[in-house]
Amino acid sequence: MGLRSLSVSQQVGLLFVTLFGLLTLATLVAFVRSLRESTTPAEDAAQERMARELRAIWIGALLFWISWAAGPFVSTLLFGFVSFFALREFVTLTHTRRGDHRSLLLAFFVVLPLQYVLVGTRLFNAFTVFIPVYVFFAIPVVSALANDPLNFLERTAKIQWGITVCVYGMSHAPALLLLELPNWHERGAFLVFYLVVVVATAQLAQGLASRRLRRRPVARAISRSFSWRAWGAGAAAAAIVGALLYWTTPFKPLPALAMGAIAGATGTLGEFVMQALKRDAGVRSWSGRASVTGAVGLLDRVAPLCFAAPVFFHSVRWYFGI
Amino acid sequence: MKLPEAAGLVLAFVARLITGAQGHWHGVAPKAEQRIYFANHQSHFDWVLIWAALPRDLRAATRPIAARDYWTATPLRHWITREIFNAVYVSREHKDDEDPLEPLLEALRRGDSLVIFPEGTRGHGAEPAPFKSGLYSLAQAFPEVQLIPAWIDNVQRVMPKGEVVPVPILCTVTFGAPVALAPGEERRVFLDRARDAVIALREVA
Repeated sequence: MGLRSLSVSQQVGLLFVTLFGLLTLATLVAFVRSLRESTTPAEDAAQERMARELRAIWIGALLFWISWAAGPFVSTLLFGFVSFFALREFVTLTHTRRGDHRSLLLAFFVVLPLQYVLVGTRLFNAFTVFIPVYVFFAIPVVSALANDPLNFLERTAKIQWGITVCVYGMSHAPALLLLELPNWHERGAFLVFYLVVVVATAQLAQGLASRRLRRRPVARAISRSFSWRAWGAGAAAAAIVGALLYWTTPFKPLPALAMGAIAGATGTLGEFVMQALKRDAGVRSWSGRASVTGAVGLLDRVAPLCFAAPVFFHSVRWYFGI
Repeated sequence: MKLPEAAGLVLAFVARLITGAQGHWHGVAPKAEQRIYFANHQSHFDWVLIWAALPRDLRAATRPIAARDYWTATPLRHWITREIFNAVYVSREHKDDEDPLEPLLEALRRGDSLVIFPEGTRGHGAEPAPFKSGLYSLAQAFPEVQLIPAWIDNVQRVMPKGEVVPVPILCTVTFGAPVALAPGEERRVFLDRARDAVIALREVA
């Protein structure tokens, strides 16, 4: 029985059954392993990290499922909340001043909801230019009206950057869900799934490669592990997995390979950039552990997606000429 | 569920949505014992933040102090402070014959916990202002009530003075080990020690 002979809802159902089946299996394995006596603190730490990762993947998968099952409105709303929490964490990490108050209010309570309204109503042309054009000019105006010239450019740039990554980047995930492609009706969930899987593959492969290859890091002050070789390995793995998953996408095998490489490569670069940002903000503890401000590491998790989603989204649109 | 309780849940939810309102407990556990929490004061939002950071079952028995003239001026303000927060009202104008701390002592006699900001007013600098003597008097009158220091971090960025809409920024409340009044301890010495205990939590956070 070929997958393409199933109805759309059956295909999507199969996707989720497979996804949750794999997750349940992984959770069971992790649970059984946690029952064994651990010998070293390093093992304990690894297990704890594993449990945290699994929990994050569960949350992500459930979010994905709810957003699919509940339709465009709820899915846009859910991604909107993820955006909100990511931006909240970003603003917490960057030290804003009093004069930024109104600009931040604009970002949180006007720009963010409007961007998601544009996604939800599938106004993709407006959605694409709203933040890069209109918000880009609106934010410095509001900031200047606050009458505080100290570090003006720096402060404005930080807010712009936060909006671009956390709102603009993130909003491309629900956009993929809602994108209407030729001969690909109502199957946006597969595109989001494909994107998440290839980005996760790239991250995993890059992590493994950097441990195995032990290449000299390109930018030691920012990341002890990032090297071009490892990055290439991540992108290659993403390309292979992307090509293997071509049947879940509207692409033929070769374009699927290219799309996988593009998404994987941008995702891991996004992760790298986020490390630079956290170094700059003076964050010592990494994902999952609460830091000084109580930031919970959501930004870490969504950053690769925030970087990869817009590039992937526009590659897809460009490829199909829509 | 009655209306004030529901409104309280909504308010706590909004406070958590905007600030995270994470409570960190170092050297003390969130238990339903009679306590006086004392914290640095930077924003009107401080009380809501501490209240939202407390576990739900502790919120009902933990009361803020509210200025009677302001918080009973309109029906809405009065309702919020009376029904949701169960505030202890104090008068800002003192008559000679009454103790300004009397409403607080009354609440403590009833077994309630209190949250106080011993600086008196909202501070502007990085360091909290010297503590006023109320904390000392309460500690003397109720030696068995635990005095819990708390450090509120980041809240001044959420709602700077003069603004009315809060910006979503993560804040934490760090609760520390109890401070006890030593036998025969001088008032100023104790107040400075209590203030240091609050400031020390900034590093722990």
